[in-house]
Amino acid sequence: MPNFHRKLERSAIGFVVAIVVVASIGGFVEIAPLFTIDETVEKAPDMRVYTPLELAGRNIYIREGCYACHSQMIRTLRDEVERYGPYSLAVESQYDHPMLWGSKRTGPDLARVGGKYSDAWQVAHLRNPRDVVPVSVMPAYRWLEDNTLRTEDLGLHLKAMSRVGVPYTQAMIDNAPADAYGQANPDTDFAAGVAERYGEATNIRAFGGKPGQVTEMDALVAYLQILGKLTDAATASNVAAKAE
Amino acid sequence: MELGQRDPVTGRNTTGHEWNGIEELDTPVPRVVLFFLFATTLFSIIYWVLMPAWPLGWSYTKGLLGFDDRAVVAKAVSDATAERAVWTDRVASSDFATIQADPELMRAVTQTGRTLFEDNCAVCHGVDAKGGPGYPNLAAKAWLWGGSPEVIAETIKVGINSGDPDSRVSQMMAFGRDGVLDRKQISDVVAYVRSLSGATPAAGDADRLKAGQEVFAANCVACHGDDGKGKTDMGAPNLTDKNWIYGGDTQSVFNTVYAGRQGHMPHWGDRLTPVDIKVLALYVNSLGGEAP
Repeated sequence: MPNFHRKLERSAIGFVVAIVVVASIGGFVEIAPLFTIDETVEKAPDMRVYTPLELAGRNIYIREGCYACHSQMIRTLRDEVERYGPYSLAVESQYDHPMLWGSKRTGPDLARVGGKYSDAWQVAHLRNPRDVVPVSVMPAYRWLEDNTLRTEDLGLHLKAMSRVGVPYTQAMIDNAPADAYGQANPDTDFAAGVAERYGEATNIRAFGGKPGQVTEMDALVAYLQILGKLTDAATASNVAAKAE
Repeated sequence: MELGQRDPVTGRNTTGHEWNGIEELDTPVPRVVLFFLFATTLFSIIYWVLMPAWPLGWSYTKGLLGFDDRAVVAKAVSDATAERAVWTDRVASSDFATIQADPELMRAVTQTGRTLFEDNCAVCHGVDAKGGPGYPNLAAKAWLWGGSPEVIAETIKVGINSGDPDSRVSQMMAFGRDGVLDRKQISDVVAYVRSLSGATPAAGDADRLKAGQEVFAANCVACHGDDGKGKTDMGAPNLTDKNWIYGGDTQSVFNTVYAGRQGHMPHWGDRLTPVDIKVLALYVNSLGGEAP
């Protein structure tokens, strides 16, 4: 053995290869089973995809760095479950590329914030958090209301997502800009297509409160209002766990 | 130089490496470090046996302890629920009047109610429950849908314009935008509405009152009532008190009449347990409500 080591450490290439092999064992043992063990990701047949508007909102969420203060992962801890709701399941972020988990929380966890507050509150809060929560330390995001959402390339965003496994249909990709407009403008002809392609449960509202246009505020609020609402799997499995 | 040669200064062996006359001592790893290496290795082996550890292709070793994070949290939550059951059971089984007549139970209700309120309601209604622009004051005895604990519990459960199938629904028409009233009629009715609560009249309001009253009688009484005191079965606010959800100055009232209002309160029936809702209703009622 000492002889083998002496030989190995004197051969530069051989030693580098050996280091790479040994170091990758740890990664391999941790990562590879996630793809082969079935129960890593739960089943959620009712899981729906992000609409183009919600996906755009997600991109804005990432662009503005919301994830630096807000996590989207309720851990299996009593205080978190009692405060935020059922703990997060892996399947709930199966269409998140990249995922926005975490445990650093300057602000509260947002994994189940969808539907918790009204659209008007979300808009007022993003405009200036101090208007509704006097002790808040969150920055104001006033420009979101003034920025028209860039919709023309949303089809490409959907296409990229479909490449990594999100089941967007060709019709969804082709109609992405129209669907983004329709979801924020319920009175227009474009709204019907959104419900048809993404399901009746989709929120179709004037999220940002400015009818006739689609702003970045519309997109971000649409995204926030869907958090935790893509599937009921978490509620179902947590209820089952409680019943046991 | 050969392996095992002694260094004359320290008395230790050298490794046999030599660069430009510099040699390397072959000092053994200190005992204490070795000890920790062995101890942690031993610990990890025990841990592998007891806890879920090794992947086996399509499955993994579950460990002798059968540890599962999700079971642990489910037990922690149910233990906590059981701990609270001493008083939550009484909340669940008693009606509101009985609970309110029991000062000891009400102490627990108020304490927990305040925490629930701060976690869920305070972002809109404020920590002091005094509301803000667009969000009603809950401490003013001015109830849109009624202030008894039963009614408050129902409002919390289904929400207002919330999308819940049983949601309370209330909408004020956009009288101006939809062309029901013209600008002068709106100004008249605004002057009249503000006079109902004794607000300081704006310039020229005195001349508008009579015309405003006619507009009010023709358009507003169906929801707000002949006397302007509102109707709780429609969620129509009382216009004769000094509470304004969207502001009571001339411009704010004008905006309200012109573009209408449709408040939104989320429904909490699927987020909070029935006991939580009952506790919250009692807490909110205690801030400024009516007896049940």
